[in-house]
Amino acid sequence: MDPVELCPEDRFPYGPSRIGSAGEVPTPPMRLQFGPSHPATHGTVRIVLDMDGEKILNADVQVGYLHRGFEKECETGYYYQNIPYTDRLNYSSPILCNIAYCMAVEKLAGIEVPQRCKYVRVIAGELSRIADHLLCIGASCLELAAMTPFLYLLEARELVWDLLDALCGSRVTTNYIRIGGVAADLPQHFAAFCRTKLDGVMKLLDDADKLLTANPIFRQRMEGTGSLPAGELIAYGVTGPLLRAAGVPLDLRRVQPYLVYDRLDFDVPVGEHGDNLDRYLVRMEEIRQSRSMALQCLDQIEPGPVDADDPRFRWPGKNRVFNRMEELIDQFKLVVEDSGLMPAGEAYFAIEGGNGELGFYLVSDGTGKPYKCRCRAPSFSNMQPLARMIVGRQLADIIPTFDMINMIGGECDR
Amino acid sequence: MDAKDGTPREQESMTPLMEKVLRELGDLVIEHHRERGDDRIHVARHDILAAARVLRDSPQLGFDMLLDVTAIDYLGQPDGFRQQPRIWDANRTVMRQAQPSRHRLTIPEPGPLPRFAVVYHLLSTRLIHRLRIKCRVPADDPALPSVTSVWPGANWLERETYDLYGIRFTNHPDLRRIYLYDEFVGHPLRKDYGKHDEQPVQEYVGPGGTLPRRPLPLRPE
Repeated sequence: MDPVELCPEDRFPYGPSRIGSAGEVPTPPMRLQFGPSHPATHGTVRIVLDMDGEKILNADVQVGYLHRGFEKECETGYYYQNIPYTDRLNYSSPILCNIAYCMAVEKLAGIEVPQRCKYVRVIAGELSRIADHLLCIGASCLELAAMTPFLYLLEARELVWDLLDALCGSRVTTNYIRIGGVAADLPQHFAAFCRTKLDGVMKLLDDADKLLTANPIFRQRMEGTGSLPAGELIAYGVTGPLLRAAGVPLDLRRVQPYLVYDRLDFDVPVGEHGDNLDRYLVRMEEIRQSRSMALQCLDQIEPGPVDADDPRFRWPGKNRVFNRMEELIDQFKLVVEDSGLMPAGEAYFAIEGGNGELGFYLVSDGTGKPYKCRCRAPSFSNMQPLARMIVGRQLADIIPTFDMINMIGGECDR
Repeated sequence: MDAKDGTPREQESMTPLMEKVLRELGDLVIEHHRERGDDRIHVARHDILAAARVLRDSPQLGFDMLLDVTAIDYLGQPDGFRQQPRIWDANRTVMRQAQPSRHRLTIPEPGPLPRFAVVYHLLSTRLIHRLRIKCRVPADDPALPSVTSVWPGANWLERETYDLYGIRFTNHPDLRRIYLYDEFVGHPLRKDYGKHDEQPVQEYVGPGGTLPRRPLPLRPE
């Protein structure tokens, strides 16, 4: 009996003509739902992927799972009542959101805060930025299966939170900045406390640095992944560490200095390739720069008032409220009545947030409540090119890219 | 606005940036303002795409980054708060007249100017200057051209404006809701949408029942 020559289709159902030169088996594209709740993403986001094996053919990023009507809510509250809502925007650096909102209101109202207040805001804001970057890097290495540096970095964040606790009385939802001032002056012996804690942060950061930066597994996941050219990032409205990692030195603290950043000596770290490793390295260096800025402020700060002398917006001190009738009436009217003291008009003010340009656009109709309160959230704009960063790459590249974008759901979805 | 209420007066309306903008855009600019240090121009809505191209491509302006797109609903505020404003009571979705009185509530009337204003915030990352563009959009035809072809970052921002204000952007590549679900009725940041307005909810189906499944297309046609 002659041996039967099997036709190629019988031996292999896909046929020989479709077997690639490398011997790969082609398959039809597979629809994969990544999220909304996925253990490897810190944040609620859904990515609908079309996969060819491990390669991403098409991606549709869907946000909005944490949408809670921040802007609608702000339109129904008085200006001072919206400050706690801003804590919940970027909950890993709430003080920066407080600062951005309050400075936008101050621009609208024409309030100038005293010098000490500016220093206090810079100190609090830079501590908050350190906590933000520590969480970003810590969560990233956890999701890249590096448990130890995660614990080191979260311990460092605890130290920063101790400082914020001493400053504001709470660790996460700080609600510290006020329109025309801050909630309370620096506590006693804060400078020494701050130096001690920040030394501890730097020690832990150095340990994590030794564990991560030269780690071959970490580098293989980070190096060369998720990069986009700087021009495309700019066209997409990406700001912050992502844009600086691509080599564009755009930092509002340097190019449009607000508060007292023009008096501080600091570097703006920029990357070269714009990949995830550069984004990680930029954040690591920004933590060190933020520490240096906070310490410089503690050296330069001088005694004085922390609240603007503006009875339209800044409440009188409690010792006067409880002992004098006029101030009691003053505070009562400010709290319970929309006294209509905000001049009509509009203003936009932006600061350098943890993830990029964090701006507030306020429209006033001359009453005590904002007619419109718009938050320009960096996470939202930074999330947009995620699909461009991952299409054509491997499934595993989503994790470090998404981590380094550092999308914060509260801020992205508002 | 007048000086007696402490409003910062609009000082020098002409800045070097505004001179360049007016030179490059010419007749496209309807009016221009400088308020609290922010430069602002008004553009007709059918001119927005042409103006956007000039603003991005002119080497002297170089607005390469679109920071933000949003809208303002001037329902019943026809003059843009130049005169005595009427006070908005958003909990009741009605207007109170100039003196706040809890007992006299009036429904707002449409003003002579278009109801919506779409607001663009631009930044030049090279020259570090900012500009705000406003386009008035009427309520009966809330549509204007999309600028996604000029700045790709406008894609999601315009989707958000469409979702929350119901303003359509023509020639947008993918105009669908971004935050809210498809069954949501209305556009919540409009001033006639009450804070406590309720939405039709999906029926709860207990154990043993089946939830109605609807297909979720990746790109709906």
